[in-house]
Amino acid sequence: MIKKRLNIRMSGLGGQGAVTAAHVMAMAANRDGKFSISNPFFGAEKRMAPAESYCRIGIERIYDRGELVFPDVIEVFHPQVITMGKSYTMPFYSGIKEGGVVIINSDIPLLSEEDIERLRDLNVALFYIPGTQIAIEIAGTELSTNMTMIGSVAGITKCVSMEALDGALQERFGKKFVASGGTASLDEAIKKKFAKKEMLLQKNLATVKRAYEIASEWAEKNKIELQVGNPAVAA
Amino acid sequence: MAETKSVIGTQNKKGQTFTDPWKLMNEAPRTPSFFTGSEVIKEAIRRASCDVMIAYPITPQSEAAALIGELFAEGYIGDYFRGESEFAVMSQCAGASFGGARVFTTTAGPGTMRAMENFPMWAGSRLPIQMIVTCRGVNSPLSIQPDTLEISYLLNTGMLVWHAETAQDFFDWILKGYMVSEEPDVHLPLALCCDGFFVTHTKDVVQLTPPEMCLPPYDPYRSPVPCMDMECPPVRMMRDPFVMKSNYISYATHASWQQEIWAAVERSRKHSIHWLNGLIDTENTDADIVIVASGTAVSQGREAIRLLEDEGVRCGLVKVKTLRPWPEEEIREATKNAKHIFVPEFNVTGWLAKEIKATIPNHERVHAGPHVCGGMTMPPEIIVNEIKTALGMKKSFVMAGRGS
Repeated sequence: MIKKRLNIRMSGLGGQGAVTAAHVMAMAANRDGKFSISNPFFGAEKRMAPAESYCRIGIERIYDRGELVFPDVIEVFHPQVITMGKSYTMPFYSGIKEGGVVIINSDIPLLSEEDIERLRDLNVALFYIPGTQIAIEIAGTELSTNMTMIGSVAGITKCVSMEALDGALQERFGKKFVASGGTASLDEAIKKKFAKKEMLLQKNLATVKRAYEIASEWAEKNKIELQVGNPAVAA
Repeated sequence: MAETKSVIGTQNKKGQTFTDPWKLMNEAPRTPSFFTGSEVIKEAIRRASCDVMIAYPITPQSEAAALIGELFAEGYIGDYFRGESEFAVMSQCAGASFGGARVFTTTAGPGTMRAMENFPMWAGSRLPIQMIVTCRGVNSPLSIQPDTLEISYLLNTGMLVWHAETAQDFFDWILKGYMVSEEPDVHLPLALCCDGFFVTHTKDVVQLTPPEMCLPPYDPYRSPVPCMDMECPPVRMMRDPFVMKSNYISYATHASWQQEIWAAVERSRKHSIHWLNGLIDTENTDADIVIVASGTAVSQGREAIRLLEDEGVRCGLVKVKTLRPWPEEEIREATKNAKHIFVPEFNVTGWLAKEIKATIPNHERVHAGPHVCGGMTMPPEIIVNEIKTALGMKKSFVMAGRGS
């Protein structure tokens, strides 16, 4: 289904880069000529507490902002979002639209029979990806988990191109970036994991690509057709 | 008379060209940038020729305050420091402004409340300080999320109060705000408000003016009151407060000065109309149903109007840009055809709806809602449902959303 707007809700834990992931996705969509907006929601900042971010991508100007109550795609960055209820909603998938997709970073299944049934009733597809493992294998750090989540949603929906993601990552990490003190120290932490900034960009992009390929293959095999239109065609 | 020379066309120490403000805002080329609201505040201040910025950390304005610290490090701001608390910051802003500086600060929620004593003092002292208010919850239990209740506390301080919808409004209005509030017949502080997170932490496309062009500096000789003169109002009143003397003259002096402050708010009207292209924006106000809103509620209203259009329901929109001065005549005119007026708000009391009810005839047309508060989001779907329920139509959405 080609939609006028794709709403992506990213549920993670503080420090995992869910906010950065939504910003990078929106920046990439903007580079692709689509309309996009991203914003985070979190409490007083602390590690491992629930943190959510939202990315809206569409074919016309987007005004809507704030928490995404009715998403097309939900990305779960950490198993504790489900197992310990570290989500802004219970269950974590409440509000998901019919025909949507749930992407979970886990190497083992986490949902109960009842959850699976409720999602099936809504025709929601379920995709597990061992994102943290992939991040450790390719980038050498679990801090790149958010890159696998970016790659997953991009691979399934094709809402942003790999080329635009490359540009967005360079824009975000290639220059000095000041947000809050917390974000600045996290940026420093990730930079220390790589010998050079070019390595950081290169390995993170490789992580995105790997997840993109896995997700793309899964979407093809399962005939997932959740896509957002092209503004040029719409106009 | 001393020779006066224009600074327009000359350069500051950073090599930026002092540009005619009207040309800067209306004719200079614009570059689209994909920025958060906080980054946009920084970019506006880069072009604002600010002398002093005083900061104190409180979410959600901390990022903007930190980014302006970067600007100071780059040499774009005369002085920058952190106060001991919001009360100290606002008092220090007053000192800097009394001294003839163009002053900028940012605050939010409980910080605004803590500093409250200073705001009527700023207005009474005719200090054209600009304060960004990134609204958040003010009450206990604590919330750092957007809630516009704090704006209602600012409405009667004598400050100008504007409510930005987007980061683009922010960029333009920060610069235009100085132009309005520094007019000699106005010369009042401006509280430029937005809904925290929805604007400050949201990445959106913003059209920026060239960074090598900036506003001309503040000219303290355009102040209508003598600069720090101990014998004249308003400083005379602080040195020798009327509260010490209970007599008719002291009451009359104080009363006339308050009237003068509010007259200055009124006089800001013509300048605000000039710079903001009107105190309100309107769309399709010939419709039977009209949404009147300010801030992020306008954006959510726009989305709700799209959803209603898909179902063949036509709905107009009034975006209230300035709360002080209050666009009384404009709102009356824009809602004259409306049979139903909906006022969506991000606060529990519905202060905007109350202001509108006090403004228009047949105010039973005003439906105060929907309301969300305490940091909740207002999905456009709940505006649609509220409108359809009030009109006795079948609801469009089953709201088995979050928490169900």
